[in-house]
Amino acid sequence: MSERVLEVDDLQTVFYTRAGLVKAVDGVSFSLARGETLAIVGESGCGKSVTALSLMRLVADPPGRIVGGSVRLAGRDLVKLDEATMRKIRGNRIAMIFQEPMTSLNPVMTIGRQISEALILHQDMSRNAALERTIRMLDVVGIPEPEQRTKEFPHQLSGGMRQRAMIAMALACNPEVLIADEPTSALDVTIQAQILEVIAKLRREFGTAVILITHDLGIVAETAERVIVMYAGRKVEEGSVERVFADPQHPYTRGLINSIPRLGLIRNRAEESSRRLQEIPGMVPALSNLPPGCTFAPRCTLASEICRREVPPFEQKIPGVFAACWHAGRVAVVANG
Amino acid sequence: MAEPVLEVTGLKKHFPVKKGILRRTVGQVLAVDGVSFAIGPGETLGLVGESGCGKTTVGRTVLRLIDPTEGTIRLEGHDITRLGKSEMRPHRRQMQIIFQDPFSSLNPRMRAGDIVAEPLKVHGEANREVRRERVAALFDRVGLRAAQMDAFPHQFSGGQRQRIGVARALALNPRLIIADEPVSALDVSIQAQVINLLMDLQRELRLSYLFISHNLAVVEHISHRVAVMYLGRLVEYADKTTLFTRPLHPYTEALLAAVPVPDPATRRVKIVVQGDVPSPLRPPPGCHFHTRCRYAEARCRTEVPALREIEPGHFAACHLR
Amino acid sequence: MANHDHALELEKAGANISGRLSSLAFLARRYPLGAIGGVIMVVFLLTALCAGLTGLDPFTTDARSSLARPGGEHLLGADFMGRDVLARIVFGARISLAVAVGATVLGCFFGVVIGLTSGFFGGWFDLLVQRLIDIMQSLPLLVMALVMAASLGPSLQNTIIAIAIPLVPSVARVIRSNALSLREMPYVEAARAVGMSEMRIAVTHVLPNTLAPLIVLGTAQLGSAILVESALSFLGLGVPEPHPSWGRMLSESAAEYVRSAPWLVIFPGVAISAVVFGTNLLGDAIRDVLDPRQRQ
Repeated sequence: MSERVLEVDDLQTVFYTRAGLVKAVDGVSFSLARGETLAIVGESGCGKSVTALSLMRLVADPPGRIVGGSVRLAGRDLVKLDEATMRKIRGNRIAMIFQEPMTSLNPVMTIGRQISEALILHQDMSRNAALERTIRMLDVVGIPEPEQRTKEFPHQLSGGMRQRAMIAMALACNPEVLIADEPTSALDVTIQAQILEVIAKLRREFGTAVILITHDLGIVAETAERVIVMYAGRKVEEGSVERVFADPQHPYTRGLINSIPRLGLIRNRAEESSRRLQEIPGMVPALSNLPPGCTFAPRCTLASEICRREVPPFEQKIPGVFAACWHAGRVAVVANG
Repeated sequence: MAEPVLEVTGLKKHFPVKKGILRRTVGQVLAVDGVSFAIGPGETLGLVGESGCGKTTVGRTVLRLIDPTEGTIRLEGHDITRLGKSEMRPHRRQMQIIFQDPFSSLNPRMRAGDIVAEPLKVHGEANREVRRERVAALFDRVGLRAAQMDAFPHQFSGGQRQRIGVARALALNPRLIIADEPVSALDVSIQAQVINLLMDLQRELRLSYLFISHNLAVVEHISHRVAVMYLGRLVEYADKTTLFTRPLHPYTEALLAAVPVPDPATRRVKIVVQGDVPSPLRPPPGCHFHTRCRYAEARCRTEVPALREIEPGHFAACHLR
Repeated sequence: MANHDHALELEKAGANISGRLSSLAFLARRYPLGAIGGVIMVVFLLTALCAGLTGLDPFTTDARSSLARPGGEHLLGADFMGRDVLARIVFGARISLAVAVGATVLGCFFGVVIGLTSGFFGGWFDLLVQRLIDIMQSLPLLVMALVMAASLGPSLQNTIIAIAIPLVPSVARVIRSNALSLREMPYVEAARAVGMSEMRIAVTHVLPNTLAPLIVLGTAQLGSAILVESALSFLGLGVPEPHPSWGRMLSESAAEYVRSAPWLVIFPGVAISAVVFGTNLLGDAIRDVLDPRQRQ
């Protein structure tokens, strides 16, 4: 197995709100190998974005706080670091790109300056050296006429270009880990394909490990090697993308996969384009008021007494796939119906 | 097909670009530049395209929320293109709209029941009891409980709010519903609920939909025919199976190739089309798509390709077909 | 261990608070200045409303008590005509409240009508109104009120009108910008798609949703109105005899008696300052509470 570049152990992040205690991330653990792409997938409120922000120590305090667990980057626990030390690591060894490039780029600073700043700060480069590397990075991410672009402001670039600039900024210092939080959700489909291609290419060239946060199972299938499915702040399934899609162990994962239209026609599976979409009844529970036992039980067709009483352990169900479900074996059998 | 519920011919909508203190018109944005299609009873036409293609404007124009610059719109055979406000009113019963954003599509200060009852009120149903009964029936049909009629929008989830929007659209028994990205703002598992609801309603009530979306997978699932738009023009128009299995236009090809498929077992040829979507303010001359088209020739730069019937029922606007 | 920390933080965030009273107490703890402002306003309100019940008499003159010092029969002293200062302050509160509330309500009403029509219907009416508002807003509130009062003549009603008119532009402007953004909302489009008339849409859909900022705006205007009324009365253009007015109390006494009978100047001055201060504190706090960015 490749060397592990990131190890997250029992991470717990909570928010203090008028509605009560919200356990946004409730004991999440995973590791990331060098150069690997891990997707964290789930719907709104599942905790995937808060997990990403927790890794970067960007959770606003108040009202949020990391109250437990550790995040080890090359052996160092980021949770325990003071802010000054963390700042040296953020953007340098671990970087993040967001959904809305317009709000993550400073509108009154030129692209060149924003990217160079990171280099000057973290890598102690001279202004000229930083500018040179900036131009190279812009070229690598596929922005035409990079020297010209360094003098331009974010609003002068299109959405796709801005996202590429963000990627360039994030990878400028060659971090070990890149966290991409819904990097293409705000982009058109053809531009999305371009950006995913850029990320894949850079991953190969720089060997960066990528954590891809998304709600789009299609993106997961096409870009990630491993996937973690989250629900109400906890992991419900984890494994290689091939195995999880072929034989999902957790009812929620199965429900998700069956509830999306899957372009059957272009895959020569016409019957898939006309079948009724499977619905997952009910709604995600309020995070401040989670049910006892398995949090998915109220919406699960397989739920029984034990599900409502005890939280199922997260364990291996079939080789390489882990899930938290008392009935995982049964799901596999029902699946082909 | 039988008498179409909606027939749009040569629809154009131009927006003037104004500059300066005196607001002089310096140019035009050809948001919709000659679009024609027809929707039969009980049928769904999926209208797809990326940002700036004009699909939303088409929806608004058909509904006469925006006035068309040119072209005709026939609703159930009646020409509604240039009717005045009061003349439009009776026709409005036949077409309604569902919006994308479940949060801003409902008046936050009105109760859910009142929101759905309003179309009935506007069209003369004065009896409160009758209205209430009808609203209760509508709630039931869209999967909400009648008890929720007195709640306010903020007390509902996104999916439930969208159902309220559907109930409102159904209140007047329309023949046609314009669905403008109705599931794009919803969680994946809720999308399935709403899509199934829309399809069930179509079967029960023989509704027609103009389904506007950028999500090709959803469009494939729900549509009978599909029209692809690019920068204000229709580039391809065919029945669903034909368009998705044998696309003729390079842009359709690129779109289909770009959509990520949730099936790791499928390895497809990745055609990643380069370049940005041009701005509708400065569309490329000739074929709008030529700047990003891998097959582009000299002719494509100067001549606008017409939408031609390449095979029976399959239209494409490309010089090379 | 973790549980103790949670409890403390949750309390700070105001979790698990049910009931109006405890919600109010929580807000008071979180916005102490606003709470102070609220208390001042409540005192002011009660004073004004219950003035008649106190048995105090601001009108009777009594030559023997002329310029009496504070204490004894005249708790806050008496003016040169022997009228009880405390009584005049209490009844002055009623006048101030009447003028302030009257002017604010009147100003807001016309502001809403003009702002809504202007913002929602647009067109040449909007352009015209915009320019008029610009002109009016370029003059300070006090100057405008002065001009109005001088031309209308001193009386209670005229004072209210004189103060209301300059309030209209600020209200109209806020309502107009709200209406502008609201008319693009999907639920407004839905109403049009149903065939609702523009007028009806303006009243049923747009109007109720523009009123939220009025609470904050209104509280701020209240303070301005009181201040302007005092200034007008001070200059002799506001509320005339025999209505007691804090502003006029100041003007009557300031020049001659500021050194010999300072209580005649101090108490009305404190009253005006306190109430205006109170409205500002309360208004700021309300604005912070209602600010959508403060919510989760």
